[in-house]
Amino acid sequence: MTQLDIEVRDGVDRETVETVNAMAGKYKYGWETEIEMDFAPKGVNEDIVRLISGKNGEPEWMLEWRLAAFARWKEMEEPDWAMVSYPKIDYQDIYYYASPKSMEGKPKSLDEVDPKLLATYEKLGIPLREQMILAGIEGAEGAPADGRKVAVDAVFDSVSLGTTFQAELLRAGVIFCSISEALREHPELVRKYIGSVVPQTDNYFATLNSAVFSDGSFVYIPPGTRCPMELSTYFRINAENTGQFERTLIICDKGAYVSYLEGCTAPKRDTNQLHAAVVEIVIMEDAEVKYSTVQNWYPGDENGVGGIYNFVTKRADCRGDRAKVMWTQVETGSAITWKYPSCILRGDDSQGEFYSIAIANNAQQADTGTKMIHLGKRTKSRIVSKGISAGRAQNTYRGLVTMHPKALDSRNYTQCDSLLIGSNCGAHTVPYIEVKNNSSRVEHEATTSKVDDDQLFYCRSRGMDEEEAVALVVNGFCKEVLQSLPMEFAMEAQALVAISLEGSVG
Amino acid sequence: MAQLHAKQAKQDALAARLAGLDLPKGGWSAQARGAALARLSDMGLPGKRDEYWRYTDPAALNAVAPQPSDALRAETPIFTGKDKVRIVFVDGVFDAAASDPLDLAQVEITLLSQADAQDVHWAKPLYGTLEAVGQTPVPRPFAALNTAAAQEGLLIRVTGKAPRPLHISYRQTSNTSDVMLHHCVKVEDGAALTLLETGIAGARSNVVMEVQIAANGTLHHIRPQGRAHGKHLLTHIFARLAQNALFKSFTLSMNGRLTRNEAVIEFTGHDATAHIAGSAVGDGNFHHDDTVFVTHDAERCESRQVFKKVLKNGAVGVFQGKILVKQGAQKTDGYQISQALMLDDDSQFLAKPELEIYADDVICSHGSTSGAIDENALFYLQSRGVPKRAAQSLLVLAFLAEAIAEIDDEALAEDVRARMEDWLARHEGK
Repeated sequence: MTQLDIEVRDGVDRETVETVNAMAGKYKYGWETEIEMDFAPKGVNEDIVRLISGKNGEPEWMLEWRLAAFARWKEMEEPDWAMVSYPKIDYQDIYYYASPKSMEGKPKSLDEVDPKLLATYEKLGIPLREQMILAGIEGAEGAPADGRKVAVDAVFDSVSLGTTFQAELLRAGVIFCSISEALREHPELVRKYIGSVVPQTDNYFATLNSAVFSDGSFVYIPPGTRCPMELSTYFRINAENTGQFERTLIICDKGAYVSYLEGCTAPKRDTNQLHAAVVEIVIMEDAEVKYSTVQNWYPGDENGVGGIYNFVTKRADCRGDRAKVMWTQVETGSAITWKYPSCILRGDDSQGEFYSIAIANNAQQADTGTKMIHLGKRTKSRIVSKGISAGRAQNTYRGLVTMHPKALDSRNYTQCDSLLIGSNCGAHTVPYIEVKNNSSRVEHEATTSKVDDDQLFYCRSRGMDEEEAVALVVNGFCKEVLQSLPMEFAMEAQALVAISLEGSVG
Repeated sequence: MAQLHAKQAKQDALAARLAGLDLPKGGWSAQARGAALARLSDMGLPGKRDEYWRYTDPAALNAVAPQPSDALRAETPIFTGKDKVRIVFVDGVFDAAASDPLDLAQVEITLLSQADAQDVHWAKPLYGTLEAVGQTPVPRPFAALNTAAAQEGLLIRVTGKAPRPLHISYRQTSNTSDVMLHHCVKVEDGAALTLLETGIAGARSNVVMEVQIAANGTLHHIRPQGRAHGKHLLTHIFARLAQNALFKSFTLSMNGRLTRNEAVIEFTGHDATAHIAGSAVGDGNFHHDDTVFVTHDAERCESRQVFKKVLKNGAVGVFQGKILVKQGAQKTDGYQISQALMLDDDSQFLAKPELEIYADDVICSHGSTSGAIDENALFYLQSRGVPKRAAQSLLVLAFLAEAIAEIDDEALAEDVRARMEDWLARHEGK
């Protein structure tokens, strides 16, 4: 399909439609790497859990933890409250572990990794050689090679291929490796923090992940350290009928700072594939974490055939005072997105931010949003969500803001904007607001026309008409969200979201 | 497993509740009552874990017998200056002696209990019909229970422009009365009525009103719900609007252990307008829930939901509002605002303002805010010589004004405002 046949009302920028069309027609990352794989038998049971744990050479307590999660999972029911519909998933018809055969020998460094695998990442625009400085994502023209370094953990189906810049990071005291490696090298750290933000029984998909996660990334930033480079994980699903279950654990100690990027792609296939990840972030006093995602899993074709089912649990726990977390997400892929990156604002004066752009096209369904749990005094949170639906897609913002009785003098501001392109799609907003003290202020607005009055007034006073002024403010704001992404991602994201929001006005 | 358990518990609660009721056989309503009972047995009574009862515990409504309310105090009459036809229900029973003759030009008024004995009646196709439609997508078991079990109600048919308002006045004399009333209001082409509903029907009341407004018809509905602290009150309005119809409903709630006002509005004709507004003020043991569901299934309709709550001493305010815009309902203008003013640190405001939109050329927005009185505004007023308490009252009234402004009739709006001021004076500084 090259052209979406949709009727567009006045005011929706032609360019917007074309960009959406362009995205619908082309999924750049839909190719497959032909490589010999090593599969565990299909299905999930205690033996598979043991096998995965064994493959990773994990300590006994980890296996027990996994088995406890698995026992709980068997008792749980798949949630059905999200506004997404999909045929029942047969959890016994999925491979829970798939690893390239060449990874069997556990290569010591990336130099020993099968060149075919490295080529895969090169083709994706992800450099895995340290001498290669990221010069922008493929297709992004004129990307300045400003010499910034990005350390990458590359996860291919169920295993991590390797992590770049480990030595340099270690000199700063930063630990960045796959979680399987962390379980071998730093078991005490993993044991202390794993499951402390997303308990193993948290929800259906997180519990499944707790039982069968095969790999993922681990980050520890020591006190007072500003991580010398951006860290990133790139997830690639390659093998057919395989689920990817990765687990990321980030610990940012007192006064530390890290910016973390996550990217994901998968080949085009006619069958749906399951991705159920967990991300846990622990943030101590005065520390700050920026977590940015460009989610570009294969969305399925225009008829809704194929695509990734993306059921992800992400949560950050601001444990210390003045801790800060910022989630930025650009959600463009996946047949189904079920994802609510959350902030637990436990420390006094801690801050949580959530910026999201979710684009759903064709038969995609996205149900995404955030939770801001205010527990500490003077905690602040800000939610900005832009949803764009086209084709027959359904796009839902679902969020929770809760002010506990002791979260005095706290503040939340939520803004959700939706844009519909064509008359066959849907945009929905399901916010929950729970305020249990009176010194906190909570404001929620979901509107397509409300922009900051002062900015509008200023623009008007400079001679713009309202339409122009609003367009300028809205566009400016959207750019700001994109610019909050690290440069490398901003390139990719801008290409994906070169969609003007002009049509959302009035 | 857990789901099965929950379902069983709901069925058990229903069986117990039904066993405690004397279900009327009904004349022409028998069919509707039977159908409601069938719907109900499928749903069961709501449970605490139901999404739709997330913020309000239905236990007191599920209970076989109502919790006795506090010692009764006479309600101060409201709208006394207005020339109107008054119909009085005492603990849910029609009181002919206290009522005016059921005689209002352009309006046919019958009691459900009397009309039901007749063979044919205009209300037959309406009774239970809108309630049944309102059960999707969210079940409302208490409304179905009401259709099945209501002993009394008013059947009001408006055929032209009514010269005076019709006033349904509830009085409570027993602190254990358990009342179910089911009213049907049919506004014919181009007809218009102002309907006043005041007071408390019983210690526990379940009142359903089905409203059908034909093309160009108008219904103004103003409902101050009475001041008693001990009441448990659940109301449903199911309204269906045809082309160019206008429906405005305003509810004033003061106190009450549990109040849930549900409004289910459906636009089936183009260019119609519905405004649902409410002010709730609560002090102490107060739980107030406004649950609204507006469905736009026609073009160029306008809906507004304006809800304001003033809470103190541990009062709980709930708002669940939804605007559903169906595919093809283009040029819809949907607006929803829910705000809470919390006068101290113990109160709670719980809100779930939802939008579900399947049409692209619409303007839909919702806003929700909560917070304390603006200290700067308070300081300003004090600096101009207004005593603190008076300044606070002024600011509270200003906060409530947007909802009260939804009452078109100035005299009635003034009465409501006076009632608010009176409440504030009583509860000031406590």
